[in-house]
Amino acid sequence: MSTYSLSDGLASGAPGVSRAPLLAIWVRESGVGILASVAWIGFGLSCLWWEDVGDWSRTHSLGIAAFIVAAVALFGTVGADYLGSAGRGLRKRAPWLVALGAFLTLWEVATAKFAWLPLPFFPPPQSIIEVYTDDLPKLLDSVFASVKLQLGGYLIGATIGFLTGVSIGWSRAVGYWVHPVLRFIGPLPATAWLPIAFFTFPSSWSASTFLIALATCFPVTVLTWSGVASVSNAYYDVARTLGAKPSFLVLKVAIPAALPHVFVGLFMGLGSSFAVLVVAEMIGVKAGLGWYLQWAQGWAAYANMYAALIVMSLLCSGAITLLFAIRDRLLVWQKGTVKW
Amino acid sequence: MVVAALAESITHAAAGAALDIEQVSHAFDIDGAELPVLDDVSISVEPGEFVALLGPSGCGKSTLLRLVAGLDKPRSGTLREDENRIKSPHPSRVVVFQDPTLFPWRSVWDNVALGLEAQGILRSQRHHVDAALDLVGLASFRNAYPHQLSGGMAQRVALARALVNDPKILILDEPLGKLDSLTRITMQAELVSLWQRKGFTTLLVTHDAEEALVLANRVIVFSDRPARVKADIRVDRPYPRHRGDPYLADLRRQILGLLGLDATW
Ligand SMILES: Nc1ncnc2c1ncn2[C@@H]1O[C@H](COP(=O)(O)OP(=O)(O)OP(=O)(O)O)[C@@H](O)[C@H]1O
Ligand SMILES: [Mg+2]
Repeated sequence: MSTYSLSDGLASGAPGVSRAPLLAIWVRESGVGILASVAWIGFGLSCLWWEDVGDWSRTHSLGIAAFIVAAVALFGTVGADYLGSAGRGLRKRAPWLVALGAFLTLWEVATAKFAWLPLPFFPPPQSIIEVYTDDLPKLLDSVFASVKLQLGGYLIGATIGFLTGVSIGWSRAVGYWVHPVLRFIGPLPATAWLPIAFFTFPSSWSASTFLIALATCFPVTVLTWSGVASVSNAYYDVARTLGAKPSFLVLKVAIPAALPHVFVGLFMGLGSSFAVLVVAEMIGVKAGLGWYLQWAQGWAAYANMYAALIVMSLLCSGAITLLFAIRDRLLVWQKGTVKW
Repeated sequence: MVVAALAESITHAAAGAALDIEQVSHAFDIDGAELPVLDDVSISVEPGEFVALLGPSGCGKSTLLRLVAGLDKPRSGTLREDENRIKSPHPSRVVVFQDPTLFPWRSVWDNVALGLEAQGILRSQRHHVDAALDLVGLASFRNAYPHQLSGGMAQRVALARALVNDPKILILDEPLGKLDSLTRITMQAELVSLWQRKGFTTLLVTHDAEEALVLANRVIVFSDRPARVKADIRVDRPYPRHRGDPYLADLRRQILGLLGLDATW
């Protein structure tokens, strides 16, 4: 067990006092896990103890699920040493489990049980669960539509932005013509094009793709360009004396050297394209999570809105996580922790 | 020995090329003012010669090397490689710059392979890369990235990156400057041995008069900026040379005198 080696190291000079620190370490490492378990039992009890003030079908299942989480938290953290990396991960996140359990308990009590918060606007956890179980097909359709629209627009915008950025950074002639256009159009928020785009494009889908691409394109272009422009001449000198042709200088020197900047641009483009996606879906496209939100508001279905918001935030944060994972993979040479 | 391995692995023998620097003058514009750096420099280098360039810091040695490499054009005068005027860089003249300038996004192996890859001949010559890495003693670091190397190791990688291209003229700008004295002496011996086997022409800038005398056939001493050729000294001594050789010690005193250090040495 890891605690033994730890206490050995600490108390190597004084074997007589090693018992007390051992207990202290055990409490420190497992205490939070027990606390997390208590918090989730509290949540489960809060679901089952009192009667709901409204009519929700998932209260009972939610209570049972809370007990299951409590059990996992308890055994997972106490027995973390036998569970490998999963156990270590659980232990690390135990404080969050405590906070989450406490928050859910409070939420449950304040809404479903005593209605301290005004009801239709603040739905209880079980009604959001209800949306996920009962309205799943529609929600999944919306997720699919949003992902498709976002992915298409983003990829087009990122590709165009990257190519434009490299060309401006590389060629003075291209820079001469493109730079003023970029300065004029780039800073305009892509949503300002919305009314024009929706009646000039053949479909609302193509209009939205255009807008998302536009929102992505600008930051990617600017950052790629500045990345290419800031590549040290020494790299070009080395490559040229070794016989590199211009194509090699662009593909194997300028672009790899500019890649850290490019990823900053891709990250910024992702952020601004999310905003455009939601607005475009709310206004023009009759599909996607933005539209789902709009639709839920029309029916005063507040639980559906919260449910959609949670999904949306998971998707956006997932997209950014993915981008960062790709970046870490491609820019492994930047980190100081590489092993070979 | 590793040198033998590299020499064997290289099938097409590249003999050295002649280098003619004829009345070259160069200047830079700094904030509108003209800064003369080279003043009527003429040096004629035989094929296969090992020429060391010595001079005060900032006198224009690196500038001259850039002109030889074809990276910059002189304000006046001409440079020729085997009768052909030098107008642009060519892999027959490879430079090891004062700063190693390894590409941080490439592993050590990929850095050394750079020239072969740029010329599109990497596929058939991969073993040269391995041999060059062996030569500089960094075979075990082939997958490391430059930020994981020490300054001296980076310089050795830069040296390997040049050698792998089988140059006719090897241009070295203080390539051993950052090495510890022991590695430095080993690398000097390897350099001489490699130069003797391959027969390329070598142009070496160094601050170290002793290094120049141990390595070169000829030592050229420059004046303060703007650089002029102050002395052109033949070093007629067989290799391997001995650091304690009284003949070399005598030349060293002479050179240090030219550089303005006679009183103390
Ligand atoms: N690109 C440049 N633009 C302006 N001035 C330059 C440039 N490159 C070099 N110089 C100037 O030319 C002079 C000679 O520089 P150079 O690098 O050739 O010196 P050096 O003899 O190699 O010195 P060191 O031994 O310290 O490396 C210096 O005064 C430097 O300021
Ligand atoms: Mg220099």
